[in-house]
Amino acid sequence: MPLVPARAAATRLGACCEPWGRGGTWGRGSRQLQPPPPIPRAAGGRAGLPLAESPCIAPGCKAAVAGGRVHVVLYCPERGVHSCGLRGALRGEQCLAACLVNACWHCRLSAMSQLELKRNQVLEARFVADEDVLKHISDNGGVKVRKDRAQLALNVKRFVKKLENISDDDDEAQEIMEEQNYVAVLGACAEDSLRNGPSAGGGKIYSFQTPKRSGKMAELASELAQTPGRNVTFDSSEYPEKPACTPQSSKKYSASNKPQLKSKKNEFVSTTPYRLRKRLTAPSLRSDSESDYSASCSEEEEEDKDHKETCDVILGQKTPSKTRAAPPSKKTPAKKLKEEMTSNLVEEYFEAHSSSKVLTSDRTLQKLQKRKLDQQTLLVLLNKAPPAFTAELKELNQQHESLFSKWMLQLHLGFSIVLYGLGSKRDLLEKFRTSLLRDSVHLVVNGFFPSITVRSILNSITEEVLDHVGTFRSPMDQLDLIMKRFKEDSSLELYLLIHNLDSKMLRGDKSQQILAQLASLPNIHLIASIDHINAPLMWDQAKQSLYNWLWYETTTFSPYLEETSYENSLLVQQSGSLALSSLTHVLHSLTPNARGIFRLLAQYHLENKDNPSYPGLSFQDFYQRCREAFLVNSDLTLRAQLTEFRDHKLIRTKRGTDGVEYLLIPVDNGTLTDFLEKEDEDM
Amino acid sequence: MSTSSVSKGCFVFKPSSKKRRISSSTADYFSEGKNDSEDSGLRFATCQLLWKQINSETEKIQEELNKQLFDNLISFLRQSYSEFQTKKTEWMCRMKSSEIPTAALVLGVNVTDHDVTFKSLSEVLQDNVTPYVVSLQAKECPGIKHLLQKLMGQLMDCCVDVDSFEEEECVNISQKKIRCSMASLSKWYESVTKKTGSETPSKKITSSSRHWQSPPIVVIFKDMESFTTKVLQDFIVISSQHIHEFPLVLIFGIATSPMIIHRLLPHSVSSLLCIELFQSLSCKEHLATVIDKLLLTTQFPFKLSEKVLQVLINIFLYHDFSVQNFIKGFQLSVVEHFYSQPLSVLCCQLLEAKKRVNSLSHNQCENIRSLPSFRRYVESQVSEKQIALLTEDSFLKEVTQTLLEDLHIYHENYFTVLRCLHVFTTSLPKYPLGKQIRELHCACLGKSVWETEEYGSTVQLLRMLAKDELVAILQKCVEIFISSSGKQFSNTVEKLEEFLARFQNLEIAETNEVQDVSVLSQKELQKKTDLYHLQKTLLELKESKRSKKLTKFEMLRFEVVDFIDSLVRSYLAPAEMQTLNEVVYFNTANTLREHLNAAPRIALHTALNNPYCYLKNQTLKSDVGCISNTAPDICIVYKLHLECGRLINLVDWLEAFSTVVTAVEGTDPDSVATDQVDEIIHARFIRAVSELELLGFIKPSKQKTDHVARLTWGGC
Repeated sequence: MPLVPARAAATRLGACCEPWGRGGTWGRGSRQLQPPPPIPRAAGGRAGLPLAESPCIAPGCKAAVAGGRVHVVLYCPERGVHSCGLRGALRGEQCLAACLVNACWHCRLSAMSQLELKRNQVLEARFVADEDVLKHISDNGGVKVRKDRAQLALNVKRFVKKLENISDDDDEAQEIMEEQNYVAVLGACAEDSLRNGPSAGGGKIYSFQTPKRSGKMAELASELAQTPGRNVTFDSSEYPEKPACTPQSSKKYSASNKPQLKSKKNEFVSTTPYRLRKRLTAPSLRSDSESDYSASCSEEEEEDKDHKETCDVILGQKTPSKTRAAPPSKKTPAKKLKEEMTSNLVEEYFEAHSSSKVLTSDRTLQKLQKRKLDQQTLLVLLNKAPPAFTAELKELNQQHESLFSKWMLQLHLGFSIVLYGLGSKRDLLEKFRTSLLRDSVHLVVNGFFPSITVRSILNSITEEVLDHVGTFRSPMDQLDLIMKRFKEDSSLELYLLIHNLDSKMLRGDKSQQILAQLASLPNIHLIASIDHINAPLMWDQAKQSLYNWLWYETTTFSPYLEETSYENSLLVQQSGSLALSSLTHVLHSLTPNARGIFRLLAQYHLENKDNPSYPGLSFQDFYQRCREAFLVNSDLTLRAQLTEFRDHKLIRTKRGTDGVEYLLIPVDNGTLTDFLEKEDEDM
Repeated sequence: MSTSSVSKGCFVFKPSSKKRRISSSTADYFSEGKNDSEDSGLRFATCQLLWKQINSETEKIQEELNKQLFDNLISFLRQSYSEFQTKKTEWMCRMKSSEIPTAALVLGVNVTDHDVTFKSLSEVLQDNVTPYVVSLQAKECPGIKHLLQKLMGQLMDCCVDVDSFEEEECVNISQKKIRCSMASLSKWYESVTKKTGSETPSKKITSSSRHWQSPPIVVIFKDMESFTTKVLQDFIVISSQHIHEFPLVLIFGIATSPMIIHRLLPHSVSSLLCIELFQSLSCKEHLATVIDKLLLTTQFPFKLSEKVLQVLINIFLYHDFSVQNFIKGFQLSVVEHFYSQPLSVLCCQLLEAKKRVNSLSHNQCENIRSLPSFRRYVESQVSEKQIALLTEDSFLKEVTQTLLEDLHIYHENYFTVLRCLHVFTTSLPKYPLGKQIRELHCACLGKSVWETEEYGSTVQLLRMLAKDELVAILQKCVEIFISSSGKQFSNTVEKLEEFLARFQNLEIAETNEVQDVSVLSQKELQKKTDLYHLQKTLLELKESKRSKKLTKFEMLRFEVVDFIDSLVRSYLAPAEMQTLNEVVYFNTANTLREHLNAAPRIALHTALNNPYCYLKNQTLKSDVGCISNTAPDICIVYKLHLECGRLINLVDWLEAFSTVVTAVEGTDPDSVATDQVDEIIHARFIRAVSELELLGFIKPSKQKTDHVARLTWGGC
């Protein structure tokens, strides 16, 4: 999903900014990067090779830090120019590091490359060739490598520091407030805010993943289950609440308590009674549960699989020792500890992605003999489940509801309000709407609705609010008209409520731009909710200032029922009720002949449902059949009918290899059967 | 009407016009939903008035700051088109090379402030230079066609603007779909200029007084960097072909560095431009001015406390460099202050406040009594007065009036002395108290500045100042004190002037003295002596020097520094110590930070990891870093998923979840294991997993059956 990381948004996320788009878009000015050329096999890998001798460092990489953006442009003498524009925070160093990581594996500018900043705001980076990167990534255990790693860590830190310096590019040394100061005021202040509770440093929230043993989840579960009522102190060192999360520790991503935690965990693994795991894997399952942990080394190219993974595959092939050593249990705790000491952001990143093998069990839901639930039964079942913490939830909601009039005040003063926090905010907003907006014109937008578009939002404003008739060439024209109308008529007022502004359909750059421009109008008042963890990345500086957000934390803990009901959820069987209803609706508006035509096609479709190579019904055959049934009298009438169907996406045409036109119904068979049955009932 | 539907995502609600309330005003919301809605109407009015004043002040500041830049730009325009007006031939000859005069306007990274600048720029240009000003934004012009369309559209509008009596005709033109091309543009320009030429003389005079003859067409590219290279290049090449037909000037708004022009445009294109560079004022200077004019003044009664100011400055320095956002934060704090503090009704000009004190209700008097600063004040009084203060409203009002006056005087003195101290600290090496006056202000607001270490080192450094510097600084201080409105500084000014005079005298005295000493020693040494005597005299000389270590200058310097120190101690007391400071100081920095600089991920993380923070239920109370097994489903599912690597097996996940949940419900885990997982638990699991998907923690994966991929790292 192409979210544009913006400076402020990124810094707001603080430490928790991971490199986003996998090969994604980094805002304007970025070019699609080609996957790096494959590393020549002979180039390196094992410890034996004299890597240091390879003439790998070529100068000539330049990166200019200008404005809020970091433009890293890499000139590689051998391969021409790789250029990539990075936009990220200058000050939030974690974000910088994230940029660096991205830059790393896009352009092979490894973390080792030392970025030097000069007065004139040009930073130079050394180009580091594949071999060296490889050397750093592949863990061949040599002492030398580890030493390099330490140096690498140092370099990264220096890099971060330097960037910090240039962010105050002039000579006002005093301007550079100490990190401590900053965190004290902006970050750690969360401690004294009553809400944010343990204001864990970002690093602790979303640090890099380390290779996992597969049984972990079950262990934790059994731990939790074993001690009902009592609380489990399984991984207490994981999220220390004490003020130990000083800027330093959060800065370094891998907090200093990490090694201890690791060793602790290792111990836990070794001491956990095996029976726990045994008991969990129920008899109904195959008893060889332990053995069916297999690596899924899927070579199939997924659409979201990017060159990083392919790169990883290469690495994996080259250094088989690494992949074998991947599970932490293979390493002695002492070694692990030592390694963790020198670990840093970049290293962890590569470690986490060094192996394409994923160790998970092979069990599937089918073996569980679990039928997929459809949306209806799911709802019924959920209604049966006892609601928990009703009193507390009510109290939470009351807290939020007391803010309603304040929101109204601030909306009127030209701010927009965005609600964030865990739990569905739909009910809250609905309550706000019904209690305060009853007497004013307002527009509710369900962002989670699967086919919502900005266009439909604009249409409802122009058609229903402004009573405008006519069409527009582009959304921009439409927006212009809306802006003009609202500027002309100051008595016109519109409240815009958007549930899930960060939904898949609205998160695009253009949509956000249009919505932001709408929000910037003084008599359009926007109140919206966001849920996605990376939602703030949607907005860059310009959009944020257009929106003029005021943030409100409204954690409600209420289930996202409405929001998830549309989703093609993982475990929910698609009942196709949506498709069915649209099918019946469309067909009811047609002539009986047209219905007959569709019926004919549907029947033929169902007859052939078991034929995997069924190409569809050819037009000529279909015409013959229709004639025989006295449905059409010429192929022109049939074509006219088919256009109708095609417009409603009821049929699809496909040209076969022989040039013949084939007709298909793009609805799944179950739905079609249901439809035919229903039709029979009606007749 | 419900807002959930399977076929629709937008719902418009239009109340019937009868039912529509006559717009419940903003003021109503201000007073609604508050327990102590004392004087809310008045408070809101004060707030609005104050904000209006502040806003107009900021606009004025902006205007002043931009004046220099705009003047330069206008003279550039004038210069580049003087030829066009007078000697067309020369112009033609220059335009043989088809160079377009271009102003590159470097504005800095604070993109959000640019809009205001451009707006006032085009206003200024339209007022003084030419009616034909077009501003273009990159997002409006994805292609050259759109660009020309926009250009023409805006120009036609301009035209309507100028000769309004010919409106109809122009409208007709613009309504017709003209083919947007440079040719039609030049034709249009010709017709327009001809029209103005053939106008009646009187009209001509009025128009030429405002605009030049044959006014240039100014095209402003607001965000040059984000334009597509192709569009820019095409436009420049095309218009350079037509440059001899009408005068055209480009203005590039640049956020980064002028280098970007050469990076965006190849040499063949950039050689068609005749670029002159203009640098706008840096945003930091802008901020300094804003702070100086808004905060360090007694003009506005409203004040920010140290923490609030720190938050705003940090957002500025660490996030956006945007003065607009700073002002927005300032606006928010004004609103918050008046909304949350009932006594803010007194936060207005002194005279008005005194009047308002008289009409305070009993409740408001109680509010005053409960202010911490007022309590401190009461405690420091004698017991009879204490009783009177706490029981008699009328007496309280009297005292409040004097206290408000004191507060006002405190501010007057404070800002004068602060500026004076700032003059001293900026001359020091390493700036122990900060280089900017805002840093000094923060330091003084928060706590007694003279107790800090930095202040100690400042004083030490001051004691080492050279005479020239000291004199210069003192002179500046005198100026500051004279220009200040405070009356009680006449003594101080006198004292300072006395110091200055003494320094002058010292100069004369010193030269004499030095001569004396040297003469004396010369004499001594010239006498014929033996070695013993020579040694003795030398020792004596040395001795005398040591005892006289403090020269007169040094003594005086000490005196000056001590004097300044005493000023600081008496006038720069922290605001928190002032009685009734709560009335004018906004100090809930937390609210401001929460609303302007929120941390949504931390909130989410906290809710998932430690639901007790939100749901105050004892069963949820857990130790650090772990989670009670009675927690909401999503928390448990989240916690379990943290234990996984990149891929998560749904079956394992479901198993683990049901283990936890059934254990809570008291059933024996062994018996459950034999059974199929309860349907309800399955449903709950499905819900929790889809919620995690919505939140962006996982996504479906096709890599393995029944697996999902994790999207976050860590937690392990």
